Amino acid sequence: MQLVQNFPFACILLTLICAVITSVLGGGAARKMTLFVIGAVTVMTACVMVYTLETGDSYVYLMGHFPAPWGNEIRAGALETVMMLVFCLVILFSFLGGLGRSILQIEASKYNIYCIMVDLTLLSLLALVYTNDLFTGYVFIEINTLAAAGLVMIRQNGKSLVAAVRYMIMNLLGSSLFLIGVVLLYAITGHLLMQNLHESIAVLAASGEYRVPLTMAVALMTVGLSMKSALFPFDTWLPGAYSNSTPTASAILSSIVSKGYIFLLIKVYCRVFGFDVVVSLGVCDVLFVFGAIGMVMGSINAMRAKTVRMMIAYSSVAQIGYIYLALGMASPAGVLCALWHVAAHAATKSMLFISSAELDEASGGTHLRADLRGGFYRSPLAASAFALGGANLVGIPMLGVFMTKLMLSQAAIDAGGKHMVAALIVLAVSTLLNAQYFLGTAVDLFTPRHDGKAVVRTRPQALTAAGIAGFIALNLVLGFFAKDILAALAAGLARFA
Amino acid sequence: MLERLLTNYEATAAVILFCIGFSTMMLNKNLIKKIIGMDIMDTAVYLLLASLGYIAGRKAPIVVDGVQSVEAYINPIPAGLVLTGIVVSVSVSALMLALSVRLYYRYHTLNLDEIVMLAGKEEV
Repeated sequence: MQLVQNFPFACILLTLICAVITSVLGGGAARKMTLFVIGAVTVMTACVMVYTLETGDSYVYLMGHFPAPWGNEIRAGALETVMMLVFCLVILFSFLGGLGRSILQIEASKYNIYCIMVDLTLLSLLALVYTNDLFTGYVFIEINTLAAAGLVMIRQNGKSLVAAVRYMIMNLLGSSLFLIGVVLLYAITGHLLMQNLHESIAVLAASGEYRVPLTMAVALMTVGLSMKSALFPFDTWLPGAYSNSTPTASAILSSIVSKGYIFLLIKVYCRVFGFDVVVSLGVCDVLFVFGAIGMVMGSINAMRAKTVRMMIAYSSVAQIGYIYLALGMASPAGVLCALWHVAAHAATKSMLFISSAELDEASGGTHLRADLRGGFYRSPLAASAFALGGANLVGIPMLGVFMTKLMLSQAAIDAGGKHMVAALIVLAVSTLLNAQYFLGTAVDLFTPRHDGKAVVRTRPQALTAAGIAGFIALNLVLGFFAKDILAALAAGLARFA
Repeated sequence: MLERLLTNYEATAAVILFCIGFSTMMLNKNLIKKIIGMDIMDTAVYLLLASLGYIAGRKAPIVVDGVQSVEAYINPIPAGLVLTGIVVSVSVSALMLALSVRLYYRYHTLNLDEIVMLAGKEEV
């Protein structure tokens, strides 16, 4: 075994140890420790990604000394490592970009707890992405939920506490449903490792045995993870949670937490059930319908939002609708499109949250959309990042989300029939709505105010500027190198089953 | 149908318990009752899981009197999973209770609707 193959496990262990150590550190030291952890995990993930891309293969890492079917395993391949690298970079830039605001908004004595929550979010994400065991997946879903709830409530004002309660209730229900799905699968197969489950389910699907329990298991896991990733109509917790937390927390919640669950769902579909079995059980049609409704309803709510953060939060509902619509296409091209949008949306949405917080600050601490007029002249970097993010979500060519829309259209045309008509109409409507609120806000940012007040240009702190610049670079890389990244994702997906 | 339900009485009980927990959590406005509902819901899943591992006539998987035959014992994995699940459930309940205490000190009520209304009036 090569040294680099130990890195996924080392990342998990390092994050866990640092989270424990952070609990006895002061605010400044905790901040440095968290930055070190995120940086180290990013570098190690990049090394594993290069290794898996060079070998063109995935590998299974034994956790402990017990082999399958008793032991616990993690698995690393091109798909996991590419996605994980994007997630790590998003966490790094979100942490840097929201550093200034988080110091102001979080009680000094609680700052190390906030850093622990960021560490635990990273830890649970690593485990969700790499795990090869379904029950381990459940445990880390719960750890992710607890860490995310901590991030939501860290500001400790009334609205954030209420948002945390709502978040917990919906998410715990989702976790329970997922667990029942796992229990059902264990009951009919006797396995928890994904590879063994896959083999048993393939035999059951071929023989037609246990069709009802299999359908129930896939339905429960889908509903559970949909609730947690805020698919319409389970999105009631989302606006409060995203708009009342710190900018870093909002960015991490929207880009990392919900996407981790979606990645796990895709993993369950492809590695546990086999995508063909999922399609034959009729789950994709349901996802298609709710994804399509979510795309439109999310955008309509975003248009009606008065504050920028609420607008971005509701836009997440629409974007998550894109991912589920792509899965609903019931084709490998749809799954690839969903995976791509998970990465593209994660990079964009976090940039929007961080840049909008900076714009709010530059505009006198306002939260209203109307007050951001002329924001470019007060905070050029943040306004540019916001405009780039908006343009990306609208689907301007050369940017990441354009590829999503292109692939979604191609998958719809390949699917043909009602799917094609419905998907293309919803895509067109959603794009128009996106353009209305994102480009409208972007145009406002570049339109000077004529109220006679002097324009005061604010300079973001160095680390905040570094975070925003990092986001801009990440989004441009995802846009310009989309073909190469998609090729790596497709190669990883082909070996995923 | 009734015969099937009676044969799988543990699973039937688990489903009924889950429904009780689910409805308590979703329909009750009181935060403490919601947490109780959540715990009942989790317990229902653990009951189902524990019942799956039980094999009638066999003993707990602890080697005594040198008997090492697999046929002598029940499946230990579901019990291990239940233990892990209970740890998770306890952590979640503790966090929810801590949140409830915070909200009670702030708004002097445990009614979630009233709390949402009062919080909505606050400026961030």
